[in-house]
Amino acid sequence: MKILMLGWELPPHNSGGLGVACLNLSRALASEGADIDFVVPYTADHSDIDFMKVVSALKLDPLFRYGMGAYDSQKIEEVIIPDASEQKLISIRDVQAKYCDFINEYLMEFKPDVVHAHDWLTFEAGILAKKNYGLPLVAHVHATEFDRSGMNGGNPVVHAIEYEGLVMADKIIAVSKATKKIIHDRYGIPWDKIDVAYNSLDEDFVTSDYSFKADHYKYIEAMKRLGYTVVSTVGRFTIQKGLSHMMHAAARAISKEPKLLFVFAGDGEEREQLMQLAADLHISNNVIFTGFVRGQRLRDIYEISDIFVMSSVSEPFGLTALEAAHHGNVLILTKQSGVAEVLKSVMEYDFWDEEKLADEIVAVSKSGALKSTLQDGISREYLKISWDDIAKKCIQVYNEVSKHKRNNF
Amino acid sequence: MRAICLYLHVHQPYRVRAYSIFNVARDHNYWNTDFYSKQSNERIFKKVAEKSYHPMFDLIEGNIKRFPDFKVSMSITGTWLEQAEEWDPSLIEQVRRMVATGQVEIIGETYYHSLAFFHNREEFESQVARHQSRIQELFGFKTRVFRDTEFAYNDELGAWLDNEGFNKFGFRGMLTEGWDKVLGWRSPNHVYRAPGAVNTRLLLKNYRLSDDIAFRFSDRGWKEWPLTVDKYQNWLDMDCLRGNLINLFMDFETFGENQWADTGIFEFMNCLIERWLSVYENKFVTCSEALELEEPADEVSMPQTVTWADTERDLSAWAGNSMQEEAENILYGMRSEILETGDQRLIEDWRRLTTSDHPYYMCTKYWNDGDVHAYFSPYDSPYDAFMYFMNAIRDLQYRLLNDKKKRNLS
Repeated sequence: MKILMLGWELPPHNSGGLGVACLNLSRALASEGADIDFVVPYTADHSDIDFMKVVSALKLDPLFRYGMGAYDSQKIEEVIIPDASEQKLISIRDVQAKYCDFINEYLMEFKPDVVHAHDWLTFEAGILAKKNYGLPLVAHVHATEFDRSGMNGGNPVVHAIEYEGLVMADKIIAVSKATKKIIHDRYGIPWDKIDVAYNSLDEDFVTSDYSFKADHYKYIEAMKRLGYTVVSTVGRFTIQKGLSHMMHAAARAISKEPKLLFVFAGDGEEREQLMQLAADLHISNNVIFTGFVRGQRLRDIYEISDIFVMSSVSEPFGLTALEAAHHGNVLILTKQSGVAEVLKSVMEYDFWDEEKLADEIVAVSKSGALKSTLQDGISREYLKISWDDIAKKCIQVYNEVSKHKRNNF
Repeated sequence: MRAICLYLHVHQPYRVRAYSIFNVARDHNYWNTDFYSKQSNERIFKKVAEKSYHPMFDLIEGNIKRFPDFKVSMSITGTWLEQAEEWDPSLIEQVRRMVATGQVEIIGETYYHSLAFFHNREEFESQVARHQSRIQELFGFKTRVFRDTEFAYNDELGAWLDNEGFNKFGFRGMLTEGWDKVLGWRSPNHVYRAPGAVNTRLLLKNYRLSDDIAFRFSDRGWKEWPLTVDKYQNWLDMDCLRGNLINLFMDFETFGENQWADTGIFEFMNCLIERWLSVYENKFVTCSEALELEEPADEVSMPQTVTWADTERDLSAWAGNSMQEEAENILYGMRSEILETGDQRLIEDWRRLTTSDHPYYMCTKYWNDGDVHAYFSPYDSPYDAFMYFMNAIRDLQYRLLNDKKKRNLS
């Protein structure tokens, strides 16, 4: 089966989980026999990928990709990228327009069975493929604009594109029931049109050699030896992540158990506000900001941490929770996180319930039995969903929608 | 003569509310919470009273009046009695009326529905004594037959029964599970005794026929569904070939709560009683009467603890993970200090925490499959159950400290 994947990024040129998910999904699909052309909006060397054809839609340098991250939908009108070929500055909207032009041309030659578009970034190109070439469209939703805006408004342009893509798609794949519910409730899409395919851990993350590099976080290690429990969170510091609730909960927990160290790993627009808040709550001494981390340093944080908190107001899936589980962390997740739907050996709370989060952190730090029961349980659960299962689900969806393929074009 | 020994277990625990670390040392109320919260004991008791206690008590009382040969045995925990007295005293009144007819026997057990036997023998006996005296006070009835929480039983408990149980409490027998692994080829339809027992006997649950009603009655995936009285009567007749005593032991809440009224469970039971008694040689017997029906057929030995729970029939639902072990060890480890205070409210709070439902809510055995453990839990997860329980323990520890300070001052 020939698939045209409309993507925005692939590792190592990724700004977040979207690229990782796309790569793993495509790899699993290819081993199920799918023949994939994967389109990205930049030009870079992806010669290490041998299971599919990576196609560049624009001659952009991937360096600029970081500036137009898939998640920064608030900045879409901002002028951020110098276009080397045309000697002028362009925005994400311009990139999307050119991406569409490219797809329109590409489909003159390439005749796929299904077009699979990932998030609002490529929905317009997907719609175009459907309108102009009669191709069945699968819209894969990794996050909605409602999630990105912490369920507060969001960018109307993005909403409009998202809505049109969802309406035009023959079938929608959501990364969790929570996301399915948002698509249904907020965009009024029929329940039956949406399938759920969860994410799984990055295969490279699971298989690659890793050993803790002791000199990265010497201070944290020293504190651990003094009996401190390390509580970490990893992600972009945006309203979606609910971090100010977590900071308040940290203060409450510290009032009951002073030997707690909170590690906020990441960066984003809320960073200064969070630092200010830690100071206002008089817990700066117990809170560590690491800045943006990736690779070895990120894994070292997981490794050194005892408890991982996902405090999101709305989290379509939440891959970092699986990564933390891989490193033996106890997980505390908001009930609003998609990943909580597939894990049972976790503690849960509502994102606004600061007292419950504090209670849970204190309970785990005070009880070895609770900690070990949760660790044992999660170690058996976190790999339960495999990319193969997810690929099988996608192929089922492809088979369903390929009935809609129209040949009179 | 062929006899059914129908025994029903009546119990409600005092659930610990969502008692957070921020309540510890400030607010010693672990039990009462907002009526609509998940852990509201009052709401749950009233709900079950309406769905199960009232209709089933009425059904039993009605049949007692109709048939002099209809008999029922019931164990009623102390924590249930207290909740009934507070929220629905008419239930106590009704039990009193039924006991007065002589057709209802009350079975002895631990007042707090605890597994104290496995943690502290003294505590165990004091809870058994408290239950016996409370039943005497309320119903003017002296318990003669014993059952331990969750039908837990092993040879050690059998030996206790034959000595202390008989000498101190006057128990003549005990109920437990008739599990195949223990019985082997033997049938549960006879009276047995523990190895070497001379004073007491054992009644073993006929778990197939009991569970047909208690668990499978409304299961549409079961190949015997729907279970009719004709069919069940036929099974009873067949089973009597293995012995003439059928021990149907189950939770009282089978009727109306586990099997809802719309499954037809009440009509089934009403009809079954009438049908069974319509045959000349058939009777119902109380547990005391059952013990005297025949001489013990054999000795049965259960070196390992048996319960009536899950497919394993062991204690793993209460002591299967480290949270449960830690919680129980810390709890029972506090006992002597708690009793030393002589503070009745403190002692009462501590004893309510010995109820076996608390560790049951912390069971992770089937948590992943979202089965009965999850269904019967008032908490979001076993981890929450543990957290709130441990917070209550911390508060008890705080009260202990305070008490010591006070006593040192005076």
